[in-house]
Amino acid sequence: MTVKLTVFSAVGSLVWGTLLAAMRVSPVPVMRGFGTAYVNIVRNIPLTVIIVFSSLGLANIFGVTLGAADNFAVQGFRLAVLGLVAYTAAFVCEALRSGINTVPVGQAEAARAIGLSFSQSLRLIVLPQAFRAVVGPLANVLIALTKNTTVAAAIGVAEAATLMKTMIENEAQTLAIGAVFAFGFVVLTLPVGLLLGWLGKRLAVKR
Amino acid sequence: MSSVLYDAPGPRAKRRNVVLSVVFAALLALLLWWVWQVMDDKGQLKWALWQPFTTSEAWTTYLVPGLLNTLKAAALAMVIALPLGALFGIARLSDHRWVRAPAAVVVEFFRAIPVLLLMLFANELYVRYSDISSEDRPLYAVVTGLVLYNASVLAEVVRAGILALPKGQSEAAYAIGLRKGQTMAGILLPQAVTVMLPAIVSQLVVIVKDTALGGVLLNFTELLNARSTLAANYANVVASFIVVGIIYIVLNLILTSCASWLERRLRRSKRSTGAVLTAEDVEDLNPAHLGGAAPDAGGPI
Repeated sequence: MTVKLTVFSAVGSLVWGTLLAAMRVSPVPVMRGFGTAYVNIVRNIPLTVIIVFSSLGLANIFGVTLGAADNFAVQGFRLAVLGLVAYTAAFVCEALRSGINTVPVGQAEAARAIGLSFSQSLRLIVLPQAFRAVVGPLANVLIALTKNTTVAAAIGVAEAATLMKTMIENEAQTLAIGAVFAFGFVVLTLPVGLLLGWLGKRLAVKR
Repeated sequence: MSSVLYDAPGPRAKRRNVVLSVVFAALLALLLWWVWQVMDDKGQLKWALWQPFTTSEAWTTYLVPGLLNTLKAAALAMVIALPLGALFGIARLSDHRWVRAPAAVVVEFFRAIPVLLLMLFANELYVRYSDISSEDRPLYAVVTGLVLYNASVLAEVVRAGILALPKGQSEAAYAIGLRKGQTMAGILLPQAVTVMLPAIVSQLVVIVKDTALGGVLLNFTELLNARSTLAANYANVVASFIVVGIIYIVLNLILTSCASWLERRLRRSKRSTGAVLTAEDVEDLNPAHLGGAAPDAGGPI
């Protein structure tokens, strides 16, 4: 469940975060303002608040059930993904924006000189280079996301933290259970960090 | 920097930008209007639901005690985690392998585990092996979890801060005959502390946000938990969420602007070495993610 949550949220937040980053560097002031406001607001709210709100507020009051009104487990899962995407996208956006800033000015200038429009130069020239530069920071975001999925326990999604809580309450070997779950997370996050770190080094644009 | 991505707009581009602005603003307005309608539909805009926040009772019985508990846990965690983090950070820089290796293992281990698991685990340990009263237990558990996690993050901050100093500083110290301990305490640490300040303050934001975890799962009466009692009392779930969200945003914005103010000040001041450490540089120090590092990326989560 933890892995599933991570994968879905990672893909979602990558897409939404890229869109936000594009908005933040776009020539249209309203979009820039929206992107900045979104990032600043979401970054400063605890993830717990966002997730609990998506359950209590969105689902119970507004009836946003994401097509799973009758199945509480599925609904909780989808809402948790929604909350994680909304939260993580802000960090993806910031990482990407810093990546865009590392692309040498000459690249964008050359793109403009050969007559590419803003969206063309962003899509074809700047973003591909920016993505390769931010593999490292994005890996950190992904690791943080893996750890953050435990927050979904707050709305009763059956991932690692919920499991550990019930197991600890029912079994006697607290230490052993804690160690197993801790080890599980080390196994999940460490290879991701190493793999993406290696990938980042390989993909980095040599300048 | 981003303005390099497009030319100064000509007449056509100006027109296009205006059109895009209008379209996007219209879409945003539509979205807001839709949210407003839905809220109205569900009766969330009724003054009765918002009115409690204009009385002092809601604030003095629920929100302020909750906020104080949040701040208390965050402050306690920071105060305990800072020396611990410094200790581990320095230990990781030790010349002796038998000091360096265990410190590295401890730091990497606690960095890899979610804070929530640490809190739950600490809570359970306290239940079984200590006689802390059940009123205090959530606070203890929350602080323990936060300390364990943030001490290891701060250890990395300290390590990065010391490594960010110019090499000449320690070389000069050795040259005038200071010992390793003296160099660390008298030369490196005082400079590193100023270098690290922005990163430490932004870590505080993370701590404040993470206290909310304890509220939901350990029944620690901080801001988010106070919100649920308040909402149960006045039946204003959405309104209370919005108010609590605003409190968090204001609190953290203050901390963030504090951090960037410190950073600007340090970059300006002539007395420092000019090395400034932001939270982002710390992440890049992780051996797993060296390379492809972009400066100024994102900030801690």
